[in-house]
Amino acid sequence: MRKVRAWVMVALVLVGCSRQTTTTSAPVTLLTSTSAPPVTLRLLTHDSFLISESVQAALEQATGVDLQVLKGGDAGLMVTQALLTKDNPIADVVYGIDNTMLTRALEAGLFEPYTPPGLTDVPDALELDPEHRVTPIDFGDVCLNYHKAAFKDSGLSVPDSLEALTLPEYKDLLVVEDPATSSPGMAFLLATVAHFGEDQWEGYWRKLRANGVEVATDWTTAYYGSFSGASDGDRPLVVSYASSPPAQVHFATEALAEAPTGVITDGCFRQIEFAGIVAETPEREAAERLLDFMLSLEFQEDIPLQMFVFPANARAKLPEVFTAHTVIPERPLIIDPALIEANRAFWLQRWNQAVLG
Amino acid sequence: MNRVHRFANRAPRWAAVIPVAFLVVFFFYPLQAILAESLRGGEILSRLGSSTTWRVVRFTFLQATISTVATLAAGLPLAYLFSHYRFPGRRLLRAVATVPFVLPTVVVGSAFLALLGPGGWLGRDASGSLFAIIAAHVFYNTAVVLRTVGTLWERLDPQLGEAARALGAGPLRRTWSVTLPLLRPALAAAASLVFLFSFSSFGVILILGGLRYATLEVEIYRQTFGFLDLGAASVLALIQLGVVAVTLLTYVRYQRRTATQVTLRSPIDVARPPDSLRARGMVAAILGMAGILIGLPLAALVIRSFQGQAGLSLQAYRALDDAHFGDLATPVQSATNSLVIAVVATLIALGVGIPAAIAVAPRAKAAELLDTLIMLPLGASAVTLGFGLLLALDSPIDLRTSRLLVPIGHALVAIPFVVRLVVPVLRSIRTSLREAAAMLGASPAAVMRKVDLPLVGRGLGAAAGFAFLVSMGEFGATLFLARPDTPTLPLSIARLLSRPGAFPEAMAMGTILAAIAASAILVIDRVAEPNGPSREF
Repeated sequence: MRKVRAWVMVALVLVGCSRQTTTTSAPVTLLTSTSAPPVTLRLLTHDSFLISESVQAALEQATGVDLQVLKGGDAGLMVTQALLTKDNPIADVVYGIDNTMLTRALEAGLFEPYTPPGLTDVPDALELDPEHRVTPIDFGDVCLNYHKAAFKDSGLSVPDSLEALTLPEYKDLLVVEDPATSSPGMAFLLATVAHFGEDQWEGYWRKLRANGVEVATDWTTAYYGSFSGASDGDRPLVVSYASSPPAQVHFATEALAEAPTGVITDGCFRQIEFAGIVAETPEREAAERLLDFMLSLEFQEDIPLQMFVFPANARAKLPEVFTAHTVIPERPLIIDPALIEANRAFWLQRWNQAVLG
Repeated sequence: MNRVHRFANRAPRWAAVIPVAFLVVFFFYPLQAILAESLRGGEILSRLGSSTTWRVVRFTFLQATISTVATLAAGLPLAYLFSHYRFPGRRLLRAVATVPFVLPTVVVGSAFLALLGPGGWLGRDASGSLFAIIAAHVFYNTAVVLRTVGTLWERLDPQLGEAARALGAGPLRRTWSVTLPLLRPALAAAASLVFLFSFSSFGVILILGGLRYATLEVEIYRQTFGFLDLGAASVLALIQLGVVAVTLLTYVRYQRRTATQVTLRSPIDVARPPDSLRARGMVAAILGMAGILIGLPLAALVIRSFQGQAGLSLQAYRALDDAHFGDLATPVQSATNSLVIAVVATLIALGVGIPAAIAVAPRAKAAELLDTLIMLPLGASAVTLGFGLLLALDSPIDLRTSRLLVPIGHALVAIPFVVRLVVPVLRSIRTSLREAAAMLGASPAAVMRKVDLPLVGRGLGAAAGFAFLVSMGEFGATLFLARPDTPTLPLSIARLLSRPGAFPEAMAMGTILAAIAASAILVIDRVAEPNGPSREF
């Protein structure tokens, strides 16, 4: 073992030397401003994180930090990375941890408390940690989406509840994602658990199965492979997000007057994304300034069109494409994060048996 | 004579230091760290005893084996075609046939869904089937067979075949007892690479396999992502590593046992135009098959990128540069990131791979072990290794979030290719040539400089090319690292594919990647034109 360690040292020194030359010569641009502010702050986040250049500049101006963004894959992998490096953190702030994973991070002592003044503008329902170890930054609802034209053509009415999906007229129309490999898939499973309760949800899934539900491994395969509202697929119902219709309009290569898909607001599961200051970071003050800024209107109003989720700050105005093409469900489903943590594996196993077994 | 032998034995030992150090630091040490962190004794035993685990192992092995056989079956006729016949567009077609190799799995998955999914060109839904998985693996890896076997085939001395014909052997008999045995080393090398790729396949299985089919790598991801169970994931990663190691050792052994000394000749005059009707028919048939296996999925990708609401349109390409994409990296930024990372990865892969090839070239027991170790990362779990790197590389220098980490990850995958391409060339340098140089008083360094290097040059070109392509297309390893925000083309495509409404743009970005890859291959082919000295595999 000692020999191995010696080798590691030697090689690391070699690599360390070469690293310096590469970092200075490589023209890979980081999302940082050219004038180097005094404090470098490391932000670990998921791959969906995006921020406008102008807002990033304003952020660095307002907080006096040089923001170094690290992306760690999807939210689940990113949180695992944060947990694995807890004793020697790779970041000062973590952003993008959601309510399905929150308890694990809190129990591991990943974050230290901070209460940003802007929290007063955030609805209480979004604050899940009474100790304020994490701050809600945004939320999104995982909802059923439907393909408008398909329902118009067939003359079927759009299902208005989770229960309706088991009716014979909706046979073979729905595609969902595997909760073990997809975050919206997991959210939809949790929605059914929340709606039908611990005793009934498996029975509901058995009925869905009998009614021909298709299970895709991830969102991209479901949405771009099977959903008729976005592909050549033949399923007019898909588990996606409340923000999907506005995204379709926003990204359309040729201008659309109306979104081709709509949102069913019954049976939506709410995902809330939090940011937290990593315990014992040497940059505590800068980290506080970053969290303050993340709740400011400037950052909050940048969120929808960059990341396609909704701002946590209730005063933040939504862009027009959002107000025109979607609604925020009034009564989204939610489950106590501690309950999710305690039952995650158990529920997944039972889901597997009910749907695939 | 003594001195010559001393050189032959000693050179590999110093050469082994660099690859061994590299593998220890960036592969074995990190893997050991994550396994030590998350493995618990009882869990290993209960997992090993679980029938689900073995079902996944069996399927992983089975699909990799079928994929390998199918890829060889598709790749051999192509290798024959390109090495024996000259026809218009040959160079371009050869480059195009290599393009799939660099396409990220998300793109290939989507292209195949367009073909085989519901409403696809096939007319019925074949997604979620073993057929779809194998077809995608063949699409991906045919280039590996084409490149490894083709380069040897165009140098086989036709006199052997002619001698057999003179002795009365028919075409089948000649293929079976003359050509195939001569090609065996290249076939084995190609098979081993394809097998490892298919064995650790992740994206293809996830997208096309549906829920019925899971490889070990997919199961590792499910355990990590869904169940948040690193312990279970680690057990599976360990099993995967074990199976890969055993397979590799078998391959390396086989390589040594069956090694033959073959005199090869310059390939320049081998290829000729298909002048007979039969030859033309054969060329057409092989091209037709390649058109279906490789051309169709590529066409699905390209056509979809040009699909507007009313006929063909450049909208998707224009949209990529539009402000409404938010601050997602533009194609130019992503391509720049990809190119820079690919160049660095190639340099690392050559810096480690060349000494590794020198160390592995002699047919000795120790070299066999090293050869196995070098190939191992190709079949290892990317998820697990990504976590391992995070755990292990924090001291004495914190490399966990270094910009070098992504190219290093790519290099781990590229090094096996460098070794597989350079070793045969090294082995081809006849010992007599070296001995002569040494007898005439040349120092080991001089032998290296004056004899080895000039002969190896061309092989190095091909190796550098493959390393570059591996990096351009690499997706899995990149995904599982905590990395600075410098998206490569594959990562940007994946981002686009996670956005409702951005499908045409994703296909456009995929087409851009394919075009860059095809151009790179054309350049590489020109540089690495195989007209070097005779080779022995």
